[in-house]
Amino acid sequence: MVLADAITIVLLGVGLFFLFVGSIGLLRLPDFYTRLHATGKCDTLGAGLTILGLIVHHFFYYPGTILITVKLLFLILFIFVANPTATHAIMRVAYKTGVMPWKLGEERK
Amino acid sequence: MEIGRGEEMMKRKKASGILITFSIMFLFWILLSCLFDAFHLLVGIGCSATVALTSHDLLVKGRSKKVLLKSFQLLLYILWEFWQIVLANLDVAYRILHPKMPIDPRVIEFETTLRGDFALVTLANSITLTPGTITILVAPETGKFWVHAIAKKSADSLLVDQTMQRKVADVFMEWKHGVDMT
Repeated sequence: MVLADAITIVLLGVGLFFLFVGSIGLLRLPDFYTRLHATGKCDTLGAGLTILGLIVHHFFYYPGTILITVKLLFLILFIFVANPTATHAIMRVAYKTGVMPWKLGEERK
Repeated sequence: MEIGRGEEMMKRKKASGILITFSIMFLFWILLSCLFDAFHLLVGIGCSATVALTSHDLLVKGRSKKVLLKSFQLLLYILWEFWQIVLANLDVAYRILHPKMPIDPRVIEFETTLRGDFALVTLANSITLTPGTITILVAPETGKFWVHAIAKKSADSLLVDQTMQRKVADVFMEWKHGVDMT
């Protein structure tokens, strides 16, 4: 149980770290496109690792309801498919409506 | 006679498409609900049938050969992709947390040999998930990709190394469409 707790804490901690970095990136990066880099990537891994931590916890503490573990696994799968697709869709619309990408040396927008 | 047989084939293909979609939907319903009383099973059958009849052509479209081999290769590719995702996140985290923010964004274009819907979606999503690159536009007819890269290093991994394009082409076996991969 101590081992399971340790794994859970590490997974949750790393997941939260990536979510935190994603939020910082949203504030620090200079323009629309680069901000999407921060949120699109860090949120995917952050949410994935957080749910993985929950899976480990549930698997060791409530082995009777294994089905919930499977449902959580499906959640990870859907996040990993949906998140990049949504990021791409937002990016595509921005590019088509003419938002200019920031280049090195320009002022912050 | 020939036309009649063709129609027959089309009908059989459509029916099997509906059946496959229905089975997958219903299995997923049981997995999520885990209730086996008559009411929930009937509602599940109704919902799965509606989905299967309206959108079976989205899931089972133009069945290609060697589906099993491709699925296995896709599984291996996804494992490799997970490692790339971890690297991507460490890279982006480093760039964000570094006091000077070493970024140099640019938009790049390149062409691939991929034409199939599933292959294009796989590559586009892989690009979005891996180091410092996000897909902006895809032209399915020419296999051309527009990609936003956060730094020169991440742009070069797509333009010079082309590891990812080659791996996706290997998985779906779509190497040649008049475009040279070297």
